[in-house]
Amino acid sequence: MPVPPAHVLVISLLLFSIGMIGVLIRRNVIVILMSIELIMNAANLNLIAFSRQLNNLVGQVFGVFTIAVAAGEVAVGLAVVLALYRNRSTIYVDEVHIMKG
Amino acid sequence: MVAAVLVVLSRNAIHSAIYLVLSFLSMAGLYVLLEAEFVAAVQVLVYAGGIMVLFLFVIMLVDLRDPYGSKVGLHGVISGGLGLAVVAVILSVYGRGRIPAVPEAASVLRQGGNLEAVGQAIFADYLLPFEIVSLLLLVAMIAAIVLARPIQKG
Repeated sequence: MPVPPAHVLVISLLLFSIGMIGVLIRRNVIVILMSIELIMNAANLNLIAFSRQLNNLVGQVFGVFTIAVAAGEVAVGLAVVLALYRNRSTIYVDEVHIMKG
Repeated sequence: MVAAVLVVLSRNAIHSAIYLVLSFLSMAGLYVLLEAEFVAAVQVLVYAGGIMVLFLFVIMLVDLRDPYGSKVGLHGVISGGLGLAVVAVILSVYGRGRIPAVPEAASVLRQGGNLEAVGQAIFADYLLPFEIVSLLLLVAMIAAIVLARPIQKG
């Protein structure tokens, strides 16, 4: 059963927007990282959908690459969160003013 | 979809993480529907397995008491409005363009059950990006270890 690509694009758009709203309104760094994961997943969904649409494997290959890069990004991001928590005892972005002039 | 909304809206970060697993799994289902079984398997293994374990570890290592309560405030309203505006703009662009409804039978994607085709593409045509990604993962691993290491005294 083929899936119409327009529907997949709409799902991907909604996921991206949910992720963006999450990045904007949440104060918890961990939840912000999760929202970034949602955004990357939305992009990945687009890659796969167009790979299906254009009958081309490149989209799937780069989808796998995107997942690998997201894994690395999460590892580094969570390590930064741990370092931040160790130094500042907080994970809420409103309380971090290190770079304030 | 609903799971993704709940990721953002849950007050408790652990609930967010579990809804995130649910949304990753449903996305893997979407990949299967789009005839990308290999990507679906990688999604389940890497995201629902590895990344969620990382998230849960860090959630348990840090202190999660929310000092702000459930107030949203002006900042949240503005952000939500901005998000809805982006949805509206992109939907209007979609409405203007025309996407062909159903593609013809995807023949390239199906040689040898998708896994063989993706493997051929990665190791034949995209070997250099593949190696670069592996190097990137190595660098990220070292960086994570260095960042999360306890600070030595003296």
